[in-house]
Amino acid sequence: MSKENILNAIRRGLKRGPLPDDQAMGLRARLAGHPRHLIPARSRVSRPEQIALFIRNIEKEFGSVARVADFAAIPDAVAAYLAARNLPTDFAIAPHPELADIPWDTRPLLQRRPGRAQPSDLVSLQHGYAAIAETGTLMLPAAPERPTTLNLLSDTFLVVLRASRVVGAYEEAWDLLRAESPTQPGGGFMPRNVMLVTGPSRSADIESTLELGAHGPRRLHVLLVDDDPAALG
Amino acid sequence: MSQPAPPPSRRPRVALFVTCLVDLHRPTVGFAAIRLLEQAGCQVEVPRAQTCCGQPAYNAGDRATARDLAASILDAFSGYDYIVAPSGSCAGMISHHFSGLFDNDPQQRTRAEALQAKTFELIAFLTDVIKITTVPAVYQGTATYHDSCSGLRELGLKSQPRALLASVSGLALKEMVEPETCCGFGGTFCVKYPDISTRMVSDKTRDIAATGADTLLAGDLGCLLNMAGRLKREGSPIKVRHIAEVLAGMTNDTPPIGEARG
Amino acid sequence: MLATSPAFKQNVKGALADASLQKALAFTRPSFAGKRTAAVAALPEFEQLRDVGRDIKNHVLANLDFYLETWSANVEKSGGIVHWCSTADDARAAVLAICQKAGAKTVTKGKSMISEELAINDHLEKHGIEPVETDLGEYILQLRKEPPSHIIAPAFHLNREDWEESFRASHTDLPEDRVFGERRDILTEARKKLREKFLAADVGITGANFLIAETGSSVIVTNEGNGDLTQTLPRVHIVLASIEKVIPTLEDACTFLRLLARSATGQDMSVYTTFSTGARRPADLDGPEEYHVVLIDNGRTGMIGTEFQEMLRCIRCAACMNHCPVYFTVGGHSYGWVYPGPMGSVLTPALIGVDKAGHLPNASTFCGKCESVCPVKIPLPKLMRHWREREFERHLAPQGMRSNLAIWAWFAKRPQLYRMATGLAARLLSWLGRGKGRVASLPFAAGWTAGRDLPTPEGETFFARYARAQREGKL
Repeated sequence: MSKENILNAIRRGLKRGPLPDDQAMGLRARLAGHPRHLIPARSRVSRPEQIALFIRNIEKEFGSVARVADFAAIPDAVAAYLAARNLPTDFAIAPHPELADIPWDTRPLLQRRPGRAQPSDLVSLQHGYAAIAETGTLMLPAAPERPTTLNLLSDTFLVVLRASRVVGAYEEAWDLLRAESPTQPGGGFMPRNVMLVTGPSRSADIESTLELGAHGPRRLHVLLVDDDPAALG
Repeated sequence: MSQPAPPPSRRPRVALFVTCLVDLHRPTVGFAAIRLLEQAGCQVEVPRAQTCCGQPAYNAGDRATARDLAASILDAFSGYDYIVAPSGSCAGMISHHFSGLFDNDPQQRTRAEALQAKTFELIAFLTDVIKITTVPAVYQGTATYHDSCSGLRELGLKSQPRALLASVSGLALKEMVEPETCCGFGGTFCVKYPDISTRMVSDKTRDIAATGADTLLAGDLGCLLNMAGRLKREGSPIKVRHIAEVLAGMTNDTPPIGEARG
Repeated sequence: MLATSPAFKQNVKGALADASLQKALAFTRPSFAGKRTAAVAALPEFEQLRDVGRDIKNHVLANLDFYLETWSANVEKSGGIVHWCSTADDARAAVLAICQKAGAKTVTKGKSMISEELAINDHLEKHGIEPVETDLGEYILQLRKEPPSHIIAPAFHLNREDWEESFRASHTDLPEDRVFGERRDILTEARKKLREKFLAADVGITGANFLIAETGSSVIVTNEGNGDLTQTLPRVHIVLASIEKVIPTLEDACTFLRLLARSATGQDMSVYTTFSTGARRPADLDGPEEYHVVLIDNGRTGMIGTEFQEMLRCIRCAACMNHCPVYFTVGGHSYGWVYPGPMGSVLTPALIGVDKAGHLPNASTFCGKCESVCPVKIPLPKLMRHWREREFERHLAPQGMRSNLAIWAWFAKRPQLYRMATGLAARLLSWLGRGKGRVASLPFAAGWTAGRDLPTPEGETFFARYARAQREGKL
């Protein structure tokens, strides 16, 4: 039995048998408490500074951000972004209630197809679950209302994100997920897939020179909804 | 500088670890070290029963020989306030690796730890322990300084040589592009893998030449022999010296490394 | 993968003579080091994080059995299947069985160094399954039938002409007169070809940067997004992971994510960091229906409890090779097996035997740069020295070197005889260099004089001169 072979080989190397109960208890307590380690000071700043840090980091990683006052302003912002780049106005969109509630009829030319992405999609619009200012990173957990393929198959990737969902450090994003994620089959909280996305797809494999849009999106654009008075500064 | 020497009773007793390469190749470096230490107010002695720190054996995987040589150094050098070597590599061997050779011998290990704590590379000793900030030397020229690996990464030797060189009258320092990159010497590495070593030292001499400096300085004779050998092979006029020769004002005592008296 | 490590010296000769390789090495070297330096400078806590990372890994290794069992139980709770494999053979068989059960014809692959250890592509091909590497660098290497030369930039040794030539030779369905004007054109063609493969694949195989015990997750870190397409689109996802990848919690992962990209590419964070936990959930619209992890030992347990245990902290960032002057002289292929550079010089002897890989830990100047940049503070030179000790104990080192060392040691232990011998040697060498201060060729130092002159000694040894000065009252 390979499992026993491997575990026994480890124990032989460590010169002990299976862990005594008291030590195993200590380790289980560590897992249950999942202690934080050092969190860099760069994200320990005021809310407005955290938002500014998030935007700065997204832009540093070749993404872009448009701040909008509320959800009602999103259709205009999407239309403007697509038009400025001469992109098609039909796109796949996450079947998320927050996105469905947007007054899309103000921009009737925008054609939405709720669901997962198809390989032919040029533009997709995802629901941003949370974001991490520390490195300008989006947290996108898979869910029926947040299909993973939307993050990957299109050439232009739009994400709607509430400013109130921008946290400073990775640990704080995990805290949100631990608290909010529905219980999964098996009892855990982790969705099937959690993507942390920092900028558009890229590769430096050809002559060590950076090119955007390797297999995933070439453009990443975040529509940041200013729903957080504290973050406005 | 010429600080007044402290009274004899308080003068630190320093044992000079000459190093095998300085002994064989370039005694002037040993005498330069003595002069610098004495100028700094130390009482210098040279224990007779020293040969080599054992690094060649240690790095060849021969721990038994390395341990034997370390044991004889423990015997010869235990009675001093400080042990100082004009080489980051040899000083690092003693101060960072000796105690590990005696894992199974607590008594020797304790002695080794005591010796380690008082062993220093020459320039680090002068600046960090004796707190020298200047030397009274004169050298007319533009020098570039190579950071030898052991001194740099094991002992943290970086600003100290530059600080002392800045006090040498007439000397200008011009940094090369990657002063911290290994020159390719690596002890027996250079004869085990001559192809790799030659390429590495060629990269180094290219960087040295690109500074336009007329003099190359470093603190380890192994690296200096390697770089001087390559520079001379390339027909370069750049003069190569151990930093102690310049700081002690002894550059008239001997020609640059790889050159004849003339 | 067949090791050419025993032929290291011949490999090196070839690499030094390869002008296009040397050009790529020279071009890449400053950028690798420069990007890390900048990223580290922008994070004042980086040095402290290295200590934290080292400590977490040490904690895991001391309790590895516990964390693997916990992780495995959590994988199965979340609907995944763990296949424990002691050997590469076991792992190949496990992967093949999953693929065959899925009726797979095409398998896409994300970048995975352990898959190189297993030579899984050859195994699948032999059984009629087409493996397709989807990382751009790995893709062209597969077309060219070359192994990677670097663990995170596998094809940086190739230039644009190599890419174009391979694409023309392999993508024969595309118009012959198409133009590759710039790098973008190469990328666009690769994207198009690989999209077809992503959509056709029945099984996707990825590696894992980390396994999370707390949640039973596997984590991949990529920039292209190929790993995510590989694991999202096919019906079956297989993760290949070695046992030392496990870490306790998501919070522990945060520390390693802060270290990894900065050490690797000099990014603050790679573009895609993806945590996979089990298979598609009932209401999900996408994702694989099966999630397997093939957990592989392949020699690692043999390092536990030895002086090489510290090597199991490695997170495969490549900082050591990115900063290694030897690596940038000889390139990755010279090392002759899966893992090049300093980390390979320690790991390869452990996995394929020091009798085959003995050159690797010897071909180091011990300059220490690798250790100084390692995000988990592995003392790589010290571990290489331990391999030299193993070699010395087993009489594997070259006999000539060994006898020279023995003769030198015999004298070095006898100071008086040593003085006589060095006195003679100093005089003889000085005489040989008379009038020049150097010799251009010396039979017993041919390795030295092949590339440089040998500066000759001043003539009298230090100790002779010192004794004379004392006699003459000059000291």
